[in-house]
Amino acid sequence: MEPLLTTHIAEPNAATLDFYVKHGGYEPLKKALAMTPDAVVEAVKASGLRGRGGAGFPTGMKWQFIDKKSPKPKYLCCNADESEPGTFKDHVLMERNPHLLFEGCLIGCHAIGAKVAYIYIRGEFYHVQEVLEAELEKARAAGYIGRNILGTGFDCEIYVHRGAGAYEAGEETALIESLEGKRAQPRLKPPFPATHGLYGCPSAVNNVETLCNVPFIIERGADWFAKLGPEKNGGPKLFCVSGHVKRPGTYEASMDVSLRDLIYDPKFAGGMLDGRPLKAVIPGGSSVPLLLPDQIDIPASFDGIAKAGSLLGSAGIIVMDNTTCMVWAAQNLLHFYKHESCGKCTPCREGCDWLFRILEKIERGEGEQRDIDLLLSVSNNILGKTLCAFGDAAATPVLSTIKLFQAEYEAHIREGRCTVSAPWRATARVAVAH
Amino acid sequence: MSFHPSMNYGRGHQKSARAMPEEGSAFEYTADNRAKLEAICARYPDDQRKSAILAALYLVQHQQGYITRNAIRHVGEAIGCTAEEVEEVVSFYTMFYTRPVGRYVLQVCRTLSCALMGAERVTEELAKTLGIEPGQTDPKGEFSLFEVECLGACDRAPVVGVNDHWHECQKPEDARALVEGLRTKGPAVLTGCYLKVEK
Repeated sequence: MEPLLTTHIAEPNAATLDFYVKHGGYEPLKKALAMTPDAVVEAVKASGLRGRGGAGFPTGMKWQFIDKKSPKPKYLCCNADESEPGTFKDHVLMERNPHLLFEGCLIGCHAIGAKVAYIYIRGEFYHVQEVLEAELEKARAAGYIGRNILGTGFDCEIYVHRGAGAYEAGEETALIESLEGKRAQPRLKPPFPATHGLYGCPSAVNNVETLCNVPFIIERGADWFAKLGPEKNGGPKLFCVSGHVKRPGTYEASMDVSLRDLIYDPKFAGGMLDGRPLKAVIPGGSSVPLLLPDQIDIPASFDGIAKAGSLLGSAGIIVMDNTTCMVWAAQNLLHFYKHESCGKCTPCREGCDWLFRILEKIERGEGEQRDIDLLLSVSNNILGKTLCAFGDAAATPVLSTIKLFQAEYEAHIREGRCTVSAPWRATARVAVAH
Repeated sequence: MSFHPSMNYGRGHQKSARAMPEEGSAFEYTADNRAKLEAICARYPDDQRKSAILAALYLVQHQQGYITRNAIRHVGEAIGCTAEEVEEVVSFYTMFYTRPVGRYVLQVCRTLSCALMGAERVTEELAKTLGIEPGQTDPKGEFSLFEVECLGACDRAPVVGVNDHWHECQKPEDARALVEGLRTKGPAVLTGCYLKVEK
């Protein structure tokens, strides 16, 4: 498949308005503004576009659920928090193709009847904020954003809102809370943002990559989009490959590409680093179950990976070779989750800390056989018992590593030490600040 | 306190590290920062100035380096909310400092993708070079060293955040060059994001 989202990213000045307009930019906006909002929603629905943030929820449906009859203003929130470990695709789009995102936001606002879109970027994206704000200013001056856009009478503003370091802000209701100037903690659902979102108004929360697909659907048609890739998994997709591979990076492909090719094909990540054998793959960001080397001959699509027992999630593919200790990997991720748990729900707030401490104990060589049962017990008491998906995400690395690598846990306990030698680990562990 | 029937207590249980920010000296935005804050508030509906709290706190940090109780009260007044509402935000987000940090804040990403590429060793070498432990600031106030969670640049691992910028593909053996480079040449030695091809 020819790249669509990332065609020009390596060219100088690709992020600028002039470059974008020269390559046909803002033409889809003109076309969309000539359509009724309902027709735009219908086109997105027909394309089968699924949210690229992690859940894979159909975008057209999300827009259709917006309470249009409400007298309150509507809002579009672009989720550019991109905090899932192993995911680094949205910042590529924002830095190198920001006007595509603006165009997607404008078309989205037209579709749901919003006059304001907020792009919520994570705090660590300072350099992204600089690019976005400079380009927003240019687009405003050229009449693509603001009042009476392109003379059609459509008013729409786009603002950048920078977070300050909270993984949880990537959850849609937590993102809304954070936009309102509060702690990024999730809300009880229902009501969903489509009826009670930002400032209690009907709101749509869409991922950056999702919105970037919208101009293509308008330009080339829903059928064309749906036919790119497997059924119900249409459209271009960005895959982030990191970890023990030769060429880590963001790669664009349709979702009929296989997980194996993404890791081994020279067009993509180019194989394992130093030729060491593959041990396990996390296919969709740190929150999804692991896959083993014999499970990667599958299409890297929402449905293909789900069939293999994991999730495409945010398409953050983390590759681990045989120097990786799976107890350590679980411990590393649980350190992340215990640090990032927002503290609202007890099972997650307390459970993540317990899980980390038990894993740390096993990795240190002081584990006991009953600790494995304890890990399972704590994990199963977090699963499904929290307001948002964070709890499930935190329990997953533990459950998945025990399921696939229980022998490794037992070896740690039996021998009283970590049994996997990794040249890239610390020589003498420095005190870890918790 | 955490409790689980079969939890092994007595070891590794952490005391809460929570502490209120210090009182600090009197704080007021400079005219310039105050104007910037008002411009940001204008992005939100008139009755939703609270949305600008994060931006308001970044401005405080930009002005005096870290956030004090005096600053929190001032932000509350400027935004039109209580100091408590500001404090709950300060204490939640990791990018707000409530005590002085060094001129350069080195933040080594410790999450899986970076760790797989040797982030633990990078932290170790930086700590050795600076003579401080992660979480500390050197006595001269030049450098702070932190281990942080995923910065979102996993393909350029291990990545080190230096103040607001990224320094990518850092190797353990580069630690001395990074520290010396920052000392002598400043932020110019940082790689920034590899996507910026117009440098």
